[in-house]
Amino acid sequence: MSNTSISPAESPDQELYHSKSWWTTYVFSQDAKYIGVQYLCAATAIALVGLVLSVLMRIQLAYPELNVLNPSTYYQSITMHGMIMVIFFLTALFLGGFGNLLIPLMIGSRDMAFPYVNMMSFWVFALSLLVLMASYLVPGGPTGAGWTLYPPQSITTGTPGNLWGLVLMLVSVVLFIVGFTMGGLNYVITVLQSRARGMTLMRMPLTVWGIFVATIIALLAFPALFVGGLMLLLDTVIGTSFYMPAIIATSNFGKDLSTGGGSPLLFQHLFWFFGHPEVYIVALPAFGIVSDLFSVHARKNIFGYRMMVWAIIAIAVLSFIVWAHHMYIAGFTPWFGFFFATTTLMIAIPTGIKMYNWLLTLWRGNIHFTVPMLFALGFFITFLNGGLTGMFMGNVGTDIALSDTYFVVAHFHFTIGIAPVLVVFGAIYHWFPLMTGRMLNEGLGKLHFWITFIGAYMIYLPMHYQGLQGVPRRYFEMYDSVHATSSGLNEFITIVTIVVAVAQLIFFYNVINCALSGKKAKRNPWNANSLEWQTPQMPPKHGNWGRELPVVYRWAYDFSVPGADKDYIPQNVSSRNIGKAKVEKT
Amino acid sequence: MNGAINKLPKGWDGLTSDFSSDQKAFKGMSWGKAMMWIFLLSDTFIFSCLLISYLTGRASTTAPWPDASIVFGLEMFGTSVPLLLIAIMTFVLISSSGTMAIAVKYGYEKNRKLCAIFLLLTALCGAAFVSMQAFEWTKLILVEGLRPWANPMGAVQFGSFFFMITGFHGTHVTVGVIFLLIMARKTWRGDFDTGRRGYFTTMKSDYVAIEIMGLYWHFVDLVWVFIFAFFYLW
Repeated sequence: MSNTSISPAESPDQELYHSKSWWTTYVFSQDAKYIGVQYLCAATAIALVGLVLSVLMRIQLAYPELNVLNPSTYYQSITMHGMIMVIFFLTALFLGGFGNLLIPLMIGSRDMAFPYVNMMSFWVFALSLLVLMASYLVPGGPTGAGWTLYPPQSITTGTPGNLWGLVLMLVSVVLFIVGFTMGGLNYVITVLQSRARGMTLMRMPLTVWGIFVATIIALLAFPALFVGGLMLLLDTVIGTSFYMPAIIATSNFGKDLSTGGGSPLLFQHLFWFFGHPEVYIVALPAFGIVSDLFSVHARKNIFGYRMMVWAIIAIAVLSFIVWAHHMYIAGFTPWFGFFFATTTLMIAIPTGIKMYNWLLTLWRGNIHFTVPMLFALGFFITFLNGGLTGMFMGNVGTDIALSDTYFVVAHFHFTIGIAPVLVVFGAIYHWFPLMTGRMLNEGLGKLHFWITFIGAYMIYLPMHYQGLQGVPRRYFEMYDSVHATSSGLNEFITIVTIVVAVAQLIFFYNVINCALSGKKAKRNPWNANSLEWQTPQMPPKHGNWGRELPVVYRWAYDFSVPGADKDYIPQNVSSRNIGKAKVEKT
Repeated sequence: MNGAINKLPKGWDGLTSDFSSDQKAFKGMSWGKAMMWIFLLSDTFIFSCLLISYLTGRASTTAPWPDASIVFGLEMFGTSVPLLLIAIMTFVLISSSGTMAIAVKYGYEKNRKLCAIFLLLTALCGAAFVSMQAFEWTKLILVEGLRPWANPMGAVQFGSFFFMITGFHGTHVTVGVIFLLIMARKTWRGDFDTGRRGYFTTMKSDYVAIEIMGLYWHFVDLVWVFIFAFFYLW
């Protein structure tokens, strides 16, 4: 709209910490932008470990005669791959990385509300990564219990790393939660209490909405993991029996267990009360970022902005009442499954709204096939596929048949593996100029996209077929138990995996090369409306906005407005400066 | 600022107008105070998970659950009084909420010395609570033979949940006492009047810090009421 009455500033300008040395500028930085980049780099580094582990596992599955892994190291690789990718890579990258980088800039704030706490958040996260990696150095190696760490098998002998590995994993997760809480409080308070004049909640870019709501989910879901992990830690270290049932205590696994009477299902409930919202902690920021990428690169306002916001909130609420759909085969009354299947399928409604709104945003838009747009489209298709197989997983009847097969592996890799990672790449190609002032190479970016996207489909589509054949997941070697077509597919998948993994070097070459000597970006290189591109300097300096804080007059999606001289009107352009443009009230 | 806030709409209209406004969703609320509320919301989930786990554990264990009024009884003048110690502990902790509220009042009035004194009193009550808890633990461990992994009186989960939940709450109280002492020192020295900068954050603070401290302290007390009800009375 052209709201000319902008309310006066409610609070004095934020006082910032000004660094005095190289250390406090670049290492122990209190500037959210630097902390964001630190998070991005640390999370990407740990993701490389996860990537290498997945390649090793694939080689083992296709060529067991090579013996690259033995049963123990295979299970340890599964566990570490899962935990790293879900928590230490994607959660840290979306909330810590893009949250820090984008929230203050997009809502017109000088920095996060508590820069010191924000800095601590990153360093506690870094410590958690060190503890996680240290589990490779302790006796027994890292835990091989699977990323869900289900007791009693994660504690009992026979599982690799059942003592030291498990302890370090749990300590690392607890540290991550502590670090995340410090950052998460910052993101929430900054969005709620530190917006620019004129920046109402319903004018915020959807990226901020996604990260904001995901952070709230995380602040309410991580406590369950914290408590579950704490009790598992006590079971492991001092021999309590929160989770240890009598049946394990009476059977003899080469060790006399004096424990009994605990409830293993309790851990599953606590874990998945965190675990399911975790899916949306990763997905909601991705949803938000994709909305912005579509809008900017299709030069069109986002379709149904308000519905997009409410869909994010609805998904967040629903995500807390669906957790037991991960436990259909754990053994509880069918009525329980009926309830959770119903709530699970209800999530399709807000998600469907988002899918259609993206489609309608693209419809008759002026689509530029830039690299971020390609990645966003890749996300759209992948997430749609993953969502459709989710229908099979969400229904009790079909899920029981497909449980613990490669169908599940394919499903969740499409939804929270490939889809968010495509968004991560798209976001990095989009916001790289904001971080470095330089553009990434477009040609290399397209090459990277096509190999990654087509490769991902070649890897995971066959896995659906394998799963329908009944090939079980988590098996270290299939021997002759699987159908001949399936073992042929295993080799095919592995070869593609290696190609895709190696192709990521294109991306890293592109990033490093262009950070040093890429083409200089002009100000606002994508002609975007949101505030992060409207800073006085590009890339923005400490304090973001120079002397004057920005004032916001409109939403972030005034693209291709009829009558305007340019096809975009940034959020901080007042209605006096837009000529005859027929903007809508926002 | 206060005048402007009083002109804002009240009730549900106020809620919608606040959340559809720019800059701040919680009008006139400092960042620190808002952050403490959100943190306490998160912490509520931690304690809820702990208590729900306790209920689950208690429901699913096969061994009998010990009778709380006997386990937590004290021998006084030759007669056994059920829940005596815990009644005193609860009384002390709830009283400390009162002194905390008075400290917040004096904080608003910028009455430096009285504010600091009542903060110290609160810290004293907190420390007394933790000390009595230590006494209780010692008695349970040495006399009754209760351990996190063993319980001569029945289900092992009794000891496990008892030590974990009261220990986690006791840690909250201890952290609170430490911060109460720090705040008392800062108040007494007049940091909130002179604008002395924080050692770590290098930022100025004001008397709202006392209220934020109070929020945390009242929360810890409130949680205790639930632990008391679930663990000792049932």
